[in-house]
Amino acid sequence: MSTAATLRRGRPREGSGRSEGGPVVYLVALLVVAVTLGPVLYAVLGGFRTNAQLAASPAGLPDPWVLDNYRGVLASRDFWAYALNSTVVAVITTAVTVVFGLMAAYPLARYHFRWREPLFMVFVVGLLFPATVAIIPLFILVTRDLQLGNTWWGVALPQAAFALPMTIVILRPFLMAIPREMEEAALIDGASRLQFFWRILLPLSGPGMVTVGVLAFVGSWNAYLLPLLLLQGDMKTLPLGVADFSSQYSSDTAGVFAFTTLAMVPALIFFLAMQRRIVSGLQGAVKG
Amino acid sequence: MALEVIGFTAPALALFLLFVVWPILRAVQFSVYRWKGFGPLVDFVGLQNYLAVLRNEVFTDALMHNLIIVVLSIVVQLPLGLAIALLLNRRMRGQGMLRTIIFVPYVLAEVIAGVVWFQLLQPQYGVVDNLTEAVGLSGPEQGWLGTPGLALYTVLAVLTWKYLGLAVLLFLAGLQGVPEELSEAAQIDGASWWQTQRRITIPLLGPTIRMWAFLSMIGSLQLFDMVWILTGGGPANATTTMATFLVNEGTKRQNYGIAAAASVVLFVVALVLALLYQRFILSRDNDASDAREVR
Repeated sequence: MSTAATLRRGRPREGSGRSEGGPVVYLVALLVVAVTLGPVLYAVLGGFRTNAQLAASPAGLPDPWVLDNYRGVLASRDFWAYALNSTVVAVITTAVTVVFGLMAAYPLARYHFRWREPLFMVFVVGLLFPATVAIIPLFILVTRDLQLGNTWWGVALPQAAFALPMTIVILRPFLMAIPREMEEAALIDGASRLQFFWRILLPLSGPGMVTVGVLAFVGSWNAYLLPLLLLQGDMKTLPLGVADFSSQYSSDTAGVFAFTTLAMVPALIFFLAMQRRIVSGLQGAVKG
Repeated sequence: MALEVIGFTAPALALFLLFVVWPILRAVQFSVYRWKGFGPLVDFVGLQNYLAVLRNEVFTDALMHNLIIVVLSIVVQLPLGLAIALLLNRRMRGQGMLRTIIFVPYVLAEVIAGVVWFQLLQPQYGVVDNLTEAVGLSGPEQGWLGTPGLALYTVLAVLTWKYLGLAVLLFLAGLQGVPEELSEAAQIDGASWWQTQRRITIPLLGPTIRMWAFLSMIGSLQLFDMVWILTGGGPANATTTMATFLVNEGTKRQNYGIAAAASVVLFVVALVLALLYQRFILSRDNDASDAREVR
């Protein structure tokens, strides 16, 4: 390829330099966008309509725009209680997953000891165990043996435990990639391994921690089965609240749409901002 | 150093043993007792719970539903996802925006997606029926989710809506790793766009596709949330999955032994499929990379 061509190409990664998209491509793209966003937008707009409007013309636009549904949800104590529970559970889950995961990944990546590979395999095999398989004994363990039923920790700790394998599998190669020379230099300068961990490794693993942190947060925020079995009353999380609202007031379609929209929008914005991290994390997992 | 290793790994290991390994071992233990959740485990029944589960038509149907979802998810999402990824993998305006939009359903909670679709799919006054009527057809009388013959496929359609974006995004990311020079060379040699994709791009995307299919398979076997919200397993058990079966037996009927046996069966099915997949499909990746090294 001539230099001129290289220059003209500009940013080579952009679209991988495949052929320019024609009208068909844009048409397909438009169709994909419509199908993808249609239901979500319909719910958002439906929240601005009355049930009478929805019944009269299901496919119409708000006319006039009604704020009562959203106002009603925002004024309800339940909604804020659920949002708080979801947030606290997700924060605890994320913190425990990232801290414990990073601590465990460190020796598994950078120490040499006899049980290193078997120990790593224990966590890898853990990837194969979905929480579903253990859900009934887990329920008994948390509610009866640990007396943590209907608490934030009772949901967050098992969630963190099930998120650990993925976290360690993603973090280990990440920590392995940090050059040996850096560690040697630190040790020569008199740092202990512990100091190396705190002062050098921790700051350097920022991006990796963000990736596993976002995955743990999304997993917890969206979780349903475990909270369903463990949480009742005003300890419920948003997914439980949404499901309850939808079955209790199933004829109040507009209200359901408003509740659902308010439950999804803040998280949606956060997760989409973190989109790259989620995809790179999943790709990391995909590549093993 | 041994102390440091223990110190660093102990918290994670303790959490993992307590909340993952221990409950799984307990599930195996529960599965050989008849136990309603009260008192000590005394009523040892050997493999009877397993026989009861495997002879229960509701469970074998649930297993079938899981397998149908495993197969159809891949059969539907693979060509659709590939087609969209290949089409979008070119210079076009708003591509970043498009990727973000495609990802929206994936980051929604299954419950939230389910609740929205439940409303859209309501018979008569739901918007889906409205749209079918607009093109001159009529939706099923009992509704898409209320007709036994259609419910499973309706659930599957909603799942496709939710998870297709992940496939597209992973494929697009994989396409970034396919060197441009190869397809350019092919085009210079006179290959058509389709030939280039079929002979060069798609084969090079193999590892990504195979791992995506693996993730999809494991997810389909554990399916719970979406079914629970959309149909609760009905109508007439037409959409039960292994997970809804065991949650029903465990939490509603307190048949802990039966539920535990079902969960062990679920795990064994997942393990066997995972091993077969590893043996016959993923091993290709290793063989292929070996071959490349030899050459």
